[in-house]
Amino acid sequence: MAKHHVSFTVNGDPTEILCETNATLLDVLRDELELTGTKEGCSTGDCGACSVTVDGRLVCSCLMLGVEANGKSIGTIEGLANGDKLHPLQQKFLEHHALQCGICTPGFLVASKALLEKNPDPTETEVRYWLAGNLCRCTGYDKIVRAVMDAAAEMRGA
Amino acid sequence: MRYEAPETLDAAVALLTAATGDARVLAGGTDLLVQLKTDMIDPGLVVDLKRIAEMRQIKKLPDGFHIGAAVSGAELKEHPELKKHWPGVVEAANLIGSTQIQGRATLGGNLCNASPAADSVPALIAAGARVSIHGPKGRRELAVEDVVLAPRKTALAKGEFVVSFQVPLRAKGMGDAYLRFIPRTEMDIAVVGVGVGLTTDANGVITAARIGLGAVAARPLYVKAAGDALVGSKLEAAALDKMVAAVRAACSPIDDKRGTIEFRIKVAGVIARRAAITAYERART
Repeated sequence: MAKHHVSFTVNGDPTEILCETNATLLDVLRDELELTGTKEGCSTGDCGACSVTVDGRLVCSCLMLGVEANGKSIGTIEGLANGDKLHPLQQKFLEHHALQCGICTPGFLVASKALLEKNPDPTETEVRYWLAGNLCRCTGYDKIVRAVMDAAAEMRGA
Repeated sequence: MRYEAPETLDAAVALLTAATGDARVLAGGTDLLVQLKTDMIDPGLVVDLKRIAEMRQIKKLPDGFHIGAAVSGAELKEHPELKKHWPGVVEAANLIGSTQIQGRATLGGNLCNASPAADSVPALIAAGARVSIHGPKGRRELAVEDVVLAPRKTALAKGEFVVSFQVPLRAKGMGDAYLRFIPRTEMDIAVVGVGVGLTTDANGVITAARIGLGAVAARPLYVKAAGDALVGSKLEAAALDKMVAAVRAACSPIDDKRGTIEFRIKVAGVIARRAAITAYERART
């Protein structure tokens, strides 16, 4: 299997790796860079657990080859908190009990952050449609949606 | 598997033409990567087309919009003018998958994956879209409805790929719409999809109509008889009934867990009627 030299940034940090052709961006993040906050769920783009941003655009990292990341700017869950200070979305997820097992949570957080960057004042309907590609099998969606709405309100006020 | 990301159309054609085994083009990858992972395909070569500038641009020219085949659904939605001209096309493209899928999925992929249920295809047929194809013999054009021949089979020859879609600029009196039936509100594959594109004169009389159908045959269909049934009318009940009859006559769907033959044929008429009404309202405003 051929290996490709791939350079990109992850959460702002310049990164260089050797990547096998058939490795997905998700494989690269988890197995090469040990950024295991991004989760593997379905591996077919249905569940959103592997959500990351590529040049600011929300995508499933399981549906992108690692080699495609060359020259791109990748954003993952590890880039949300600022040191020990949680991102408002993370804080609100805690306060609203918007997680149980937690495997979907990084995907929801990354997707929600991408939403609020585009639309700081979304309606509940807009939040629900935006997050339709993120599946949660334990908490259900109401608490997650409430946490996102609350975080949006706080971030607008801040 | 070898990966190449050429920066010119000719370089991509050269790679695809020289390939000895199975070679695939990669645009958004939302179908290709699933097929790779599930071992449906095992290509020796993947050619990523996203580094080719022409495939990633939306250009507004005097003869229409030229939409690069590797432009993502999210980019289509954010284009300042395209949605004003062809709301049905943009809405149809934006129905494909989740926000995450929209970040990657492309019109070129939706067409060339050659699924009968592809949402953007009936809308593009209704808009009268043409595709520009590049290949070993240079450039050629096809109407969108002539690209897909059967499930997973296109009219593209070895070494050829779709570079861009061309839709005309919207003149006054034109309107389009795409509607689909799915058993829930989001994140599903069309059981039936209908695109309608109408042109009306100053009095509201329809002078041209194009109707595209998805998920009711082995490939997306352009149903000329259905559009013709509306020409000369102001979308009165009689014309709509005639159009619905023509739509249903064109359907030859499969029976599966998503819908029976009888159900799909019935719903195709219902959805076509609603899409025609929306397209007419848009044409008149």
